[in-house]
Amino acid sequence: MSHAPAVAIDSSQYSGRAFARLTGIGAALGVVGLGAALALSGDTQQFYFSWLVAYLYFLSIALGGLFFVLILTVTRAGWGVALRRVVENVMATLPIFALLFVPIWLGRHELYEWTRPEVAAHSPILQGKSPYLNEGFFFARAIFYFVVWSGFATYFSTQSQKQDENGDERISARLRGLAPVGIMLFALTTTFATIDWLMCLEPEWYSTMFGVYFFSGSVVAILSVTLLLVNFAYAQGALRGVVTVEHLQDVAKLLFGFTIFWAYIAFSQYFLIWYANIPEETIYYMKRQVGSWKSAGMFLAFGHFLVPFFFLMPRAVKRRSGLLVAIATWLLMMHFLDLHWCVMPVLHHDGIQLGATDVAAFCAVGGVFLAALGWVSSRRALVPLRDPRLPESLSFENV
Amino acid sequence: MGLVPAMFPEGEYFGLLAEYDSPKALFHACEQVRDAGYRKWDAHSPFPIHGIESAMGLRRSRLPYVTLVCGLTGAIGGMALQLWANAIGYPMVISGKPFFNWQPYVPITFELGVLLAALSTVVGMFAFNKLPMHFHPLFGADRFEKVTDDGFFISVEAWDPKFDAAATERLLTSTGATRIQLVKRREGAAS
Repeated sequence: MSHAPAVAIDSSQYSGRAFARLTGIGAALGVVGLGAALALSGDTQQFYFSWLVAYLYFLSIALGGLFFVLILTVTRAGWGVALRRVVENVMATLPIFALLFVPIWLGRHELYEWTRPEVAAHSPILQGKSPYLNEGFFFARAIFYFVVWSGFATYFSTQSQKQDENGDERISARLRGLAPVGIMLFALTTTFATIDWLMCLEPEWYSTMFGVYFFSGSVVAILSVTLLLVNFAYAQGALRGVVTVEHLQDVAKLLFGFTIFWAYIAFSQYFLIWYANIPEETIYYMKRQVGSWKSAGMFLAFGHFLVPFFFLMPRAVKRRSGLLVAIATWLLMMHFLDLHWCVMPVLHHDGIQLGATDVAAFCAVGGVFLAALGWVSSRRALVPLRDPRLPESLSFENV
Repeated sequence: MGLVPAMFPEGEYFGLLAEYDSPKALFHACEQVRDAGYRKWDAHSPFPIHGIESAMGLRRSRLPYVTLVCGLTGAIGGMALQLWANAIGYPMVISGKPFFNWQPYVPITFELGVLLAALSTVVGMFAFNKLPMHFHPLFGADRFEKVTDDGFFISVEAWDPKFDAAATERLLTSTGATRIQLVKRREGAAS
């Protein structure tokens, strides 16, 4: 067994202790948020919809993390090793999302009209779809997604941690062999989860591009979160000199690329439906052109694409952590608006109604996510200390 | 004039050519030539050397600005052409859509933006590198053939404001050059 060369990083640089405080903050936020969400929503339907948006929002971040780790592994990326642990920590929160799914399962009759027998009885389309859209299969699929996501997230995360202790290079090789399987399963499960939980809010409507649409947003989200977490660690004195401006520039390049990818997918979906002009497809965009929903959609086109596109274009911006924090925060807000715009027109037909329940549900899910992230991060090194390619990553420079 | 590109000023000599025996020696020599304040000089190597651009003190290329301007020109031009043709010049009803609609024009706007950006990048790269250049005075230096094999060179051009045949040669010797020769502007090396 060969050992990876020891790298001169001192413990203050890789200590995740600073993240411990997130556990407390997150837990408090979660409890207060949950209480407030339950208390505020006299209307239970509003509670479930708000919960769904918040749930999908944080799930997309964690799933983006799984994708980011898998893609770094499968491409044998040398540059990203120094910041991979930060992303692994986000990914490692995935098991908690099975628990956070409980309210969605409980509220399935409020959220998904196809689960209501009286609706299905009047819809030949829903009757035709019943082999797929039935509660038993819906539940089984959800279990399957969580098993796949939690399985891969936990395995990749714990193996990486194990390498910190024994420096076994075979762990890297084994994970690299497993990553392509993970990517294929990730693509399938994410697509179908998006169909189940998001697209089937309007069960008579369909778009073959919807899974990719959610995926593109989730990658934008994890890249933004990575930038924020690295800068949070900087502020706590960790990761300095390990994750450098060169790594941040590369994350920013990916962020630039994936905002374009998001726009490409969003436009393609809209464009095909617009061109074909078939009523059962256009209904989706008709609903989202009512009142302030239309403004929200236009705002997304600018805020989620044009603004970050031109903002992130210059090299100098991609190398300034203050500016990156600003655009990452902005894009995370846009990502929330994006999901809100996808989900909420089903409930509020006349226009956008961002209310206290939305904020409370966001705090509840976000608090749990943050607590889990803090708990995971504070219990191990913030850098994969004995990854064989860590030295390569530390000396990485953009040409 | 003849074969010698017009971009090189008149004069008997092209400049000095110093040879080094390793990429590392070349790298450190570049740092010293850079620090000595020379502007019109170049490093030559059979393969790319990581970090050489900062050792040479090269500024970042202006090429991205060319790409940006031409890309935007292509995109705006593409959109404008379609809007004019379909809404003003030759209005035709196509599958019941309005004359003035931006949606179907996006793909071509995008394509033209990418096309002009890509072409201008290639053309701009050639222009900034002064290519194509069919002859270069350094081709006259016999040792310079090794640059495609195992030779590492620095050439300092005679029209650099700081150039002085004797002083520059002393500098190049001090950087560890194994061999230095004066290259004539037209044909072959002088010594």
